Amino acid sequence: MTDKDERAATSGASGSPAAVTSPGTVAAPGTVPEATSPVEGAAAAPEVVGVRRGMFGPEGSGDTSGYGGLVRPVVMAGAATRPYGGWFDEAVDVLAEVLGEAGVTFDDAVERVVVSPQTDPPSEHAELTLFVARAHLVAVCRALRDDQDLRFELSLGVSGVHYPEDVGRELHAVYHLTSVTHGRRVRVEVACPDADPHVPSTTSVYPTNDWHERETWDFFGIVFDGHPGLARIEMPDDWPGHPQRKDYPLGGIPVEYKGATVPPPDTRRQYS
Amino acid sequence: MTTGTFHSTKPATDDFDPGVPGFEASGGDWDEIAREAIGEERIVVNMGPQHPSTHGVLRLMLEIDGERVTEARCGIGYLHTGIEKNMEFRTWTQGTTFCTRMDYLAPFFQETAFCLATEKLLGVTDEVPERASVIRVLMMELNRIASHLVCLGTGGNEMGATTIMTIGFTAREEILRLFEAATGLRMNHAYVRPGGVAQDTPEGFEDQVRDALPKIRHYLGQLGDLMLANPIFKGRLVDVGVLNLTGCMALGVTGPVLRSAGLPYDVRKAFPYSGYETYDFDVPTSTDADCFARVVLRIEECYQSLRIVEQCLTRLRDTTGAPVMVADKKIAWPAQLAVGDDGQGNSLDHIRHIMGNSMEALIHHFKLVTEGFRVPAGQTWQTVEHPRGELGVHAVSDGGTKPYRAHFRDPSFNNLQAVSVMCEGGQVADVVVAVASLDPVLGGVDR
Repeated sequence: MTDKDERAATSGASGSPAAVTSPGTVAAPGTVPEATSPVEGAAAAPEVVGVRRGMFGPEGSGDTSGYGGLVRPVVMAGAATRPYGGWFDEAVDVLAEVLGEAGVTFDDAVERVVVSPQTDPPSEHAELTLFVARAHLVAVCRALRDDQDLRFELSLGVSGVHYPEDVGRELHAVYHLTSVTHGRRVRVEVACPDADPHVPSTTSVYPTNDWHERETWDFFGIVFDGHPGLARIEMPDDWPGHPQRKDYPLGGIPVEYKGATVPPPDTRRQYS
Repeated sequence: MTTGTFHSTKPATDDFDPGVPGFEASGGDWDEIAREAIGEERIVVNMGPQHPSTHGVLRLMLEIDGERVTEARCGIGYLHTGIEKNMEFRTWTQGTTFCTRMDYLAPFFQETAFCLATEKLLGVTDEVPERASVIRVLMMELNRIASHLVCLGTGGNEMGATTIMTIGFTAREEILRLFEAATGLRMNHAYVRPGGVAQDTPEGFEDQVRDALPKIRHYLGQLGDLMLANPIFKGRLVDVGVLNLTGCMALGVTGPVLRSAGLPYDVRKAFPYSGYETYDFDVPTSTDADCFARVVLRIEECYQSLRIVEQCLTRLRDTTGAPVMVADKKIAWPAQLAVGDDGQGNSLDHIRHIMGNSMEALIHHFKLVTEGFRVPAGQTWQTVEHPRGELGVHAVSDGGTKPYRAHFRDPSFNNLQAVSVMCEGGQVADVVVAVASLDPVLGGVDR
């Protein structure tokens, strides 16, 4: 590698490596860029789920670089546009039909269909995500499992994500479903507000989600209504708080090593 | 004494039938407590968390009637170390040093799954060099054999067959030596990195693997001789811990346990990654759905892994000198490692370059190692075929240099749910066999 290459790489790594950052996520210090800039060619308005500020962790510390004032929205892929590509269109159509037969309107049940990344031509690595209204979660899961053209018979569990700045949709439960029959995968995502962290339990459709929902309750505080025994699973029964939430500190104590003191990881000076 | 009874998965509320006797106890002689509380033969035994046959710190709560298990529940969490939370405070590259410690008997699988997910988010999946994928596959398949050897060995030991254990661990030692030669460590390697692997295999590594293969095959043969036609062994395992296909699918059980029920579902075939679609191997299945079938399948899988390892060796030879990390210098760590007098570290050539020749190289090294690289915001799901089943990684990025969320769907965690179904109605002694056939590793269960 020549010095010229290194300089190019260095300048990229110090600011915003263009190759690894989506367009629309970099801004001049102090400004919030347009959130509507497209992430991928065909996708519609992206979803802003939060804002990241600064670059070096500490704020107001006499930062002279200007990077401390950097404000960047966290932009997730927005609703996909037709055609979704691959088997996605057919599967979504079948789901709409099956839900219709069960008396549920598709638009009520599925808030948003996301294909990530949505490219033209469709990427072989694209993944389908269905954002489902929590009231209809069980109906959607049942349709996905039982219809012969969908047949997502294997659930690979639930994981939670906490977006404290996504007001009204702070807590997400993400279900990973696999169709062994058709060799397909789909992700079902449900959001609920922090003030009302209730999501119906899917254990009646996928018994395997029993422990996974307990884990998500334990770590995020999402209450799965109808779960047969929603107790903590990893943390002790009397543990206060839900450790994987973003407002829960990592914890740790300073460690003395060879005369110097190493602070706990979450209080170290760090890049964000 | 209170009304209501305790249930491992239910909160201790009082909404039970008041006629059911229940009690709270801490310390004391169990017989006295039980006699005082219920006065009849209904014994709850806590097996573990410190019990040699629970593969670490699994707690089994068994309600027994004589020798018969009437109810079995698992208590976990004794090894929870918050690895997922910790990963949110380290760069994506540092993440592999954490997730490798989850299931400590199969570290390469967590590393690879996490790196594949990171690469998907970065959009560089197709740019990972072939040699890096070959090395990953080689390491994972050797690791699969090592993991199965521990499963078979400890499983045998728990039934009193110490020879099975010593042979299993001796064979595993051969594989750990290979890992040490390539990565510097016997476990917790952090060898697979986003974009490729940390460094190329050392000189003479292919020959070393080639020399080890006959030995591993020899030990596998011994294990087969000891286990597969042994009437005592079969008496303990045949028709024990049965979990049929319906039960497996409902409980999300994957891996050898699912295949022992007849479904040839293997992520390497169903959703290939790292080029598995180009390797020639079979997915052994059985329809017996019992513990013995799982032992047979694990031995058979070891032989299939050896087949893949041999194909990897050919490909390693064909790609000698090819890169093992993506070309993008914004992702690939600049450090070239070498073994010096004082152990493994940055190679002297590299240090000479950054300290003596190029200021830019030094800055680049410093920035990439301390700050890391930014991963575009988004989420992805990546699974690999772990020795114990389907290992999934749900990685979420907010566009920063650290994972916003990294969730691992560990197969042991999920599979432990099947303990109740497999043990209830059987003998106490069968619990040990059934749990061993699930092969849970509590480091992965609790994370």
